[in-house]
Amino acid sequence: MAYKIVSSSCTGCSACEPECPNQAIVEKNGVFLIKPEKCTECIGHFDEPQCVAACPVDNTVIIDNSYPRYAAA
Amino acid sequence: MQENTRRLKLIGVNMTFTAESTNTSRLKPLGGIKIEVAGQAASSGCESSGGAGKASCGSAAGPADMPSEIWEKVKNHPCYSEEAHHHYARMHVAVAPACNIQCNYCNRKYDCSNESRPGVVSQKLTPDQAVKKVLAVASEIPQMTVLGIAGPGDALANPKKTFETFERLQQEAPDIKLCLSTNGLALPDYVDEIVKYNVDHVTITINMVDAAVGEKIYPWIFYNHKRITGREAAQILTERQMLGLEMLTARGVLTKINSVLIPGVNDEHLIEVNKAVKARGAFLHNIMPLISEPEHGTVFGLTGQRGPSAQELKEVQDACAGGANLMRHCRQCRADAVGLLGEDRSDEFTQDKVDQMEVVYDLEKRREYQIKVEAERQAQHSAKEAAVAMAQTQGGLDMKLLVAVATEGQGKINQHFGHATEFQIYEITAELGNITTAFIGHRRVDLYCQGGYGEDEQLPSIVSAINDCHAVLVSKIGACPRDELKAAGIEPVEQYAHEFIEHGLLAWFNDYRARIARGKTEHQPRGDAHIRQGAYLAA
Ligand code: SF4
Ligand code: SF4
Ligand code: SF4
Repeated sequence: MAYKIVSSSCTGCSACEPECPNQAIVEKNGVFLIKPEKCTECIGHFDEPQCVAACPVDNTVIIDNSYPRYAAA
Repeated sequence: MQENTRRLKLIGVNMTFTAESTNTSRLKPLGGIKIEVAGQAASSGCESSGGAGKASCGSAAGPADMPSEIWEKVKNHPCYSEEAHHHYARMHVAVAPACNIQCNYCNRKYDCSNESRPGVVSQKLTPDQAVKKVLAVASEIPQMTVLGIAGPGDALANPKKTFETFERLQQEAPDIKLCLSTNGLALPDYVDEIVKYNVDHVTITINMVDAAVGEKIYPWIFYNHKRITGREAAQILTERQMLGLEMLTARGVLTKINSVLIPGVNDEHLIEVNKAVKARGAFLHNIMPLISEPEHGTVFGLTGQRGPSAQELKEVQDACAGGANLMRHCRQCRADAVGLLGEDRSDEFTQDKVDQMEVVYDLEKRREYQIKVEAERQAQHSAKEAAVAMAQTQGGLDMKLLVAVATEGQGKINQHFGHATEFQIYEITAELGNITTAFIGHRRVDLYCQGGYGEDEQLPSIVSAINDCHAVLVSKIGACPRDELKAAGIEPVEQYAHEFIEHGLLAWFNDYRARIARGKTEHQPRGDAHIRQGAYLAA
């Protein structure tokens, strides 16, 4: 149930951070990361995951397969 | 505003209209000498004598030339006033890392290319750190009068950080003017805020007014919680830019439009852009070259899209000269630049150093200093007038040519050839016995020599950067570069060291024409010049 940020390609631009409807994105050491327990893949809020849509670096915000897909209640 | 813009466009340096002459071409200089001007003769650039057209660098004009509230806004602003940029300094703070669009000439690992030369990385600051840095710089450099937020992303894609910085500075350093730069996408949403914090200058980067052109420049935008691509993205962007510009004009906020000239994509189209922004009250239009190298990792860099040559840039600038005031002294500073345009003192104000500084903000001291600067500027005005008057008395051939000048500021020819990191380029026009000089831009060059030792390998790049000039005016020049320049057909001139630039230009020009008349010199056309692409180096 989550997206994750590939920290090696994150530029730390912060574009994703304010877009998250769940405040799941936080800064750490100049780059950003997603708290998986808070991420709902934007389901119920927006048509597309906001962090993916806002990020300027391709393949930096990706689906984290170690979590099952989020299912809307 | 519309009316103001029109008036500004019609004036030359230090000229003032008499009330009844607003629509005629009769100009009255402050000194009271009347200069007759023949019709709407084409003249461009920042004029320094009574040409018919305009002060193309917007506020090359003096206080009597424009409504006082506009003059108050621009007079000490180095980016808006061609003259002020010799005397006053600006700084940028990098509090805005995020961006809401993607430009094909931008690699987001680096700073916004709309505002900086590509490939530059600024030190990101929190609003807190930014405020402290501004106060530290302002105490150290009293001629610092302008604070801008220009990235490293888009100022308005980071509204919280941008406006928090402005709010605090308005309280703690009320004499500093605030400005910001944006791609315009979010602009209509923040016009109220911009007015609230007294931001008096906004720069919008507008590269197109037609989505068919725009889709070649912008692969996507992030808008209304969606990533939008293709023509639709460009259409939304242009609509938002135009709306934002109209709203700012309606609220009396000065606007500067930046356009990146991309050969084969928007070169001719920029004339349309110029008309569109002028119709919406833009105060200045700055057309800058695309800087594109594969190693910048931008889409244009990788697809081999080239930037324009100096001549191509000038052609488009000249074609737009009848539109909004053109600005030609922009240096595409970096998002954390500090200093006079063309210089960068940001190394003296890194975060570590600022943290250690004891900052006392002395408003009075800053005021006193600025009074001195004003006096110097008046002297420069008078010198220009004297130089123009002198030049007008000499007859001679009609011609148009470019001259490079090495200057460290104060409007004087006061830099050693070997210390110049850039040259200012002036166009001298002799037409029907009337001589005008116009600033048309600057050329960056690598440091040629330091501490008096020349490095000959670098000289060819300097020659290619000013290859379209007939002469280069410097305070001093070594024997080696002198010979090289001569061989390339460019006259090195030391004779006018420490004179005001306009004085030196006209004196040299009269001498040049006298030599031609005596058959000692032959007037030859010059070639094109190269716009320096090495963006990572120096400032
Ligand atoms: S997918 Fe949506 S909820 Fe998850 S981190 Fe991104 S913006 Fe937040
Ligand atoms: S938008 Fe992308 S590059 Fe920017 S901070 Fe978020 S993950 Fe990193
Ligand atoms: S607006 Fe500036 S930061 Fe944003 S993509 Fe364009 S050049 Fe880059």
